[in-house]
Amino acid sequence: MQALIKDGKSATCDRWAPVQAEAEQAPAGHIATLSQWQALADKRDSAVQIEPGEGIEPLLEHLDALELVAVSFPVFTDGRGFSYGRELRERGYRGELRAVGHFLPDQVYYLRRCGFDAFQFADESRLEEGLRQYQVFSDAYQASIDQPLPLFRRRA
Amino acid sequence: MYVYDHYDQRLIDERVAQFREQTQRYLAGGLSEAEYLPLRLQNGLYVQRLAPMLRIAVPYGLLNSTQLRKLAHITRHYDKGYAHVSTRQNIQLNWPELEEVPDILAELASVQMHAIQTSGNCIRNTTTDQFAGVARDEREDPRPWCEIIRQWSTFHPEFAFLPRKFKIAVCASEEDRAAIHSHDIGVELVTNAQGESGFRILAGGGLGRTPVIGSVVWDWVEKRHLLTCLEAILRVYNQHGRRDNKFKARIKILVKAMGIEAFRAAAEREWAALKDGPSTLTDEAIEHAKSFFTAPAYRSCDAATSDAELTALCQADPIFARWVEHNTVAHKVPGYRAVSISLKATGYAPGDVTDGQLELLAELADDYSFGEIRTTHQQNMVLADVEIDALRGLWQRLQQAGLATPNIGTLTDLICCPGGDYCSLANAKSIPVAEAIQARFDDLDYLYDLGPIELNISGCMNACGHHHIGHIGVLGVDKKGAEFYQVSLGGSQSKDASLGKILGPSFSQEEMPDVIGRIIDTYVDLRQEEETFLQTYNRVGIDPFKERVYASSH
Repeated sequence: MQALIKDGKSATCDRWAPVQAEAEQAPAGHIATLSQWQALADKRDSAVQIEPGEGIEPLLEHLDALELVAVSFPVFTDGRGFSYGRELRERGYRGELRAVGHFLPDQVYYLRRCGFDAFQFADESRLEEGLRQYQVFSDAYQASIDQPLPLFRRRA
Repeated sequence: MYVYDHYDQRLIDERVAQFREQTQRYLAGGLSEAEYLPLRLQNGLYVQRLAPMLRIAVPYGLLNSTQLRKLAHITRHYDKGYAHVSTRQNIQLNWPELEEVPDILAELASVQMHAIQTSGNCIRNTTTDQFAGVARDEREDPRPWCEIIRQWSTFHPEFAFLPRKFKIAVCASEEDRAAIHSHDIGVELVTNAQGESGFRILAGGGLGRTPVIGSVVWDWVEKRHLLTCLEAILRVYNQHGRRDNKFKARIKILVKAMGIEAFRAAAEREWAALKDGPSTLTDEAIEHAKSFFTAPAYRSCDAATSDAELTALCQADPIFARWVEHNTVAHKVPGYRAVSISLKATGYAPGDVTDGQLELLAELADDYSFGEIRTTHQQNMVLADVEIDALRGLWQRLQQAGLATPNIGTLTDLICCPGGDYCSLANAKSIPVAEAIQARFDDLDYLYDLGPIELNISGCMNACGHHHIGHIGVLGVDKKGAEFYQVSLGGSQSKDASLGKILGPSFSQEEMPDVIGRIIDTYVDLRQEEETFLQTYNRVGIDPFKERVYASSH
């Protein structure tokens, strides 16, 4: 059972097991790598994991079919996943958007603003800290997924 | 100037609380060194050679007297009684204690200041012309646009972990005093054939180890699309900029690798999805930003009489006259001038200012310039709105504090990074080189005769001293563990921006004053009539300088 943050609460995930990158095909119930997922004939209710550099382009045609997009952070300093998340949401993806890997609890707030709604730390002991960092700011200047109107359109 | 409302204040206060908690967690072992690093950097905190260094943001160089007094208090209470003006118009403290940094940030927040995004791989402080709002050659005040960019870039959730740092500069005048061609993005306010004003957007300029002049991404962008077009460029960079090699991670490398055509096409694809969306600026938002930068209550006066009186005063006192000539510039309002305060007195590190001087400057800002002052990217300060009738009184008070050095725009008004004395990145010291050159050229009449010369010194490749775009550039290099200096000539930061050419093999610290001396002698011998250093260099090329400099030393 994997522990994660889902919609602001501590949760467990038993629906999708982690990526098995070595397998030629994604084993049933596992999140697929991009190439495993691209090979799937039937993409309905599927789950895919994007690595930095892969981009979201290959997913765009199947956004409605996807149940889960996991965006991988192999190191917390690689910020490509922030753009991936935001673009996926802007293009209409409505399923679960999960950050996985070595991001920091201190990045959870920005990730949320980029449209992520689930957070799975490589080190599960960081989950509590991630919850504490969930809403460190009460407002923001820019438009984002959680607040589509920039402050200059709301200022009063 | 811009004044915080409850939204701005709450965000800044929340940032202080966040950083206090992060620092406590780090000190308690809950965050590793590597994890704390980007978090502290995004609050301006470096760990340097001797102590941490805290870089305080001065958005587009604008400060009021209350903020100056707070800075004076902070340097006295938390540091060693002086601060340093950086080439990004920011203020740096060299000796704060890590444990006290959250308290310093809380003090700053109490006067609407912060250290957000002054370092780290994120969007940094937007810079502009130090004469914004008063320059005669200005098309429009750039500061409302800087403030719009400041708000957009502050805590931008998507662009806090970029491949590398990202710097934006805005120019809205004929002469470019913001060096927009050497920025990651340069924004230039321009007018089209129909007489409407909009922006030209440049990208991929930069200094550092691979200096590049920025390329035009769009020749014309309507004002309301400013933020979405910036966002589009940042998106391309965040996703495609190199992350495997920190020296190839700036946007200039990406623009070069893709070619400007392909880069533009990629940015346009991103822009198409954002353009006309919610981040499109509204007229109200633009007017709101502009409402903070209205003209102060200028006194209407008889400008002709003021000018005549000033001329008489100058004729009577040549020392005052040379300060007026070199340290003040014309103002768009008759009867006023903008005054530059040189932080380049020989014997003091360039750009350094003491707590006492900061307090005096606060007083002078209140007495002479509507309570405001600016920092400049040449590491000086500016009182932008001084009545001509008050110049003499102001000069006398500056003189008493050692702040009337009349060397603005001359060889000794040099740009210089903190260098090896403070910075852990530096290959070589830069301050002693600056001081030795200033000491050698201590004859003011000779300096004036030499005319405008920009001498820029960096202690390493990171080019904080902008050596590539100095008419004379000096770069500290490491040769088998010893400190050496490479000299380049012919750089320029103006609209016809160019990068300096390397003169030849590097020199020891002791040789440097003589080397600069020989370069200057060459210019003096070769110049024709009213030619400036740069004009002579552009006419004769580097060879005569090379021959003269290396003839006797190598």
